[in-house]
Amino acid sequence: MNELLTAVFSGLGQGSIYTLLALGFVIIYKSMGVISFAQPAFMMSGAILVSYLSPRLGFWVAVVLGGLVVAAVALVVERLAIRPMVGKAVFVIAIITIGVDIIVRVVAGAFVGADPRLVGDPWGLDTWSLGGVQVQQRHVAAFVAAAVIVALLAAFFRSTPIGLAMRAAALDQEAAMAQGVNVGTVFATSWAMAGFLAAIAGVFAAAGNPLDQNLWIVGLAALPVIILGGLDSLLGAVVGGLVIGVVEALVRNYHSDVFPDLATNTGSLAPYVVMLLVLLVRPYGLFGTKEVERV
Amino acid sequence: MSTRVSGRPELYTAYGQDMAFLNTRPKQLGVLAVVVVAALLPLTVSDDLLKLLGTGLVLAIGAIGLNLLTGYAGQVSLGHAFFVGVGAYTASVMAGDPDGRAMGLGITFVPAWILGAGVVAAAAGAIVAPLATRLRGLYLAVVTLGLVIIGGYVFTEWADLSGGAQVGRDAPKPVVLGADLTVDGAYTQEQKLFWLFLVVLVVFAVLARNIGRSKIGRAFAAVRDRDVAAGVMGVELAKYKLIAFVLSSFYAGVCGSLLFVANGHFGPERFSGGYGLLLSVQFIAMVLIGGVATVSGSIMGAFLIALLPRIASELPSFLPFVTTASNEHPNVFEIEVGLYGLLIIAFLLFEPRGLFGIWHRIRTYWKSFPFSY
Repeated sequence: MNELLTAVFSGLGQGSIYTLLALGFVIIYKSMGVISFAQPAFMMSGAILVSYLSPRLGFWVAVVLGGLVVAAVALVVERLAIRPMVGKAVFVIAIITIGVDIIVRVVAGAFVGADPRLVGDPWGLDTWSLGGVQVQQRHVAAFVAAAVIVALLAAFFRSTPIGLAMRAAALDQEAAMAQGVNVGTVFATSWAMAGFLAAIAGVFAAAGNPLDQNLWIVGLAALPVIILGGLDSLLGAVVGGLVIGVVEALVRNYHSDVFPDLATNTGSLAPYVVMLLVLLVRPYGLFGTKEVERV
Repeated sequence: MSTRVSGRPELYTAYGQDMAFLNTRPKQLGVLAVVVVAALLPLTVSDDLLKLLGTGLVLAIGAIGLNLLTGYAGQVSLGHAFFVGVGAYTASVMAGDPDGRAMGLGITFVPAWILGAGVVAAAAGAIVAPLATRLRGLYLAVVTLGLVIIGGYVFTEWADLSGGAQVGRDAPKPVVLGADLTVDGAYTQEQKLFWLFLVVLVVFAVLARNIGRSKIGRAFAAVRDRDVAAGVMGVELAKYKLIAFVLSSFYAGVCGSLLFVANGHFGPERFSGGYGLLLSVQFIAMVLIGGVATVSGSIMGAFLIALLPRIASELPSFLPFVTTASNEHPNVFEIEVGLYGLLIIAFLLFEPRGLFGIWHRIRTYWKSFPFSY
């Protein structure tokens, strides 16, 4: 029982990271109808940036500043590479984001270096023991951060003018424009928010271990999350992130009992298998809007 | 069938003439000239460059395959690396030593394992297709990306097949008429392999061009342009998407069977995780940089991507701040990978029709010279 709970808690922590990433994907998808494959690169650059800032500024300032810088980078990318393509086929824009991902990753990867770099988080691999259940502090921190950010996002979309404008544009872009919503601002804001969220997720994904060049692979696991939750559902991103995180942790934990012959842990595979199963049953995800095509 | 009107090369009096394989005399002569030049190339070019160009020929086969799926039929796949991997392992198993460390059947007849690789990869495509045909656009891209991750795991775990992580296995040995092409003789290894690759590419390029102008190709174009409209007109969507997947995987398999022949050895890392995804992205880049829905474009794109490492390695002599040391930045390896991204973005933003579009513009300019149109 304790082993199960330990796995579930670590899954919730990892799932919070997926949630943060998936929220970024969904925000961009809702505003432009495009999956941005650049999110993993923004996540990695966020973690690397914070690892440089935190020794000088302290961890918390570094996280916020790093997030803002990555958001600014995302803004620039949106303005230079994405905005000119608005109105073109979505897959063309998606491929452009793959190009952006490659470039950002190469540039950021150059700063990883040979020496192990840490993001300077206060948790490391320390654990709390709750009656025999081991809970890693960094997982608790990731969960709390995700909860705070989800609450802030809910308030943002509910009561700020730009949040309302984004919801209006997501519902019907032309009608929103007719009401005076500046769709360009909506695109820019969504990219900046996604960049910020990705950077925060990157910090938590890197917490406790030295940075490496393969950190972005973690970001890819957010793709199964948004397919599971539904591409256009913020609630789906939260639920999907936590579900995928827990499933992954359980598979990782019980791997050696279930598949004793497989040397590599199947945990990292679990999100993609879940994604395939979900797509067989519900091609538009758990909370996504079913695509209705009128001719 | 009406006849051509003499002195009016642009006047087509029948659909068949317009759709002919090479519909104008300059095209016929041009293609002939390109093939002849390519066949003579190994006699003049140095061996290390020839090896890269040979890789370009093999990649072109895969790029044509992806173009059938993505360019002609409009289904975006990020999983091409998986099918290339299936082809590579099928060929290695078929041609492999039966008593060796990894699986082998000892079938050394070259066309047998090339086609076998294609067929097994096509079968893998047919298995995936029913899931994929239910999905559209970006969902498909994400699922095929998952395919690379899952496939990479299988390749790595199945040590009998792949030789295991970090170890790998030998690529198939190309033995044509009793002569091992990887052993230097009257001609060097690179020269002989280049000719083998060239023959295979020409066969499959002609095949793809013919598919493109057949009933299947027209159905693909209809599905790409508007799948609902295509369905209303009587194009069976599921069937033609399945055909597109199977054809594209077949080409990927053939590409995979030859891709590592020149190296002689490869490991499962090439198809899993980051490398596998990079390979998929490289194929996407070849299609987009070369030109969507063109066979000649795919070949041009494949050559550009194959030559990128060489181009990047020449950079330090022009740009002094670029180093060749892998622990300093910016180094040529980073530049090389970054260039994929840069080329994808630049072509999509400024030349969506790719290299083929550039060539088309040059051709049109000189055709109507000195008038602007």
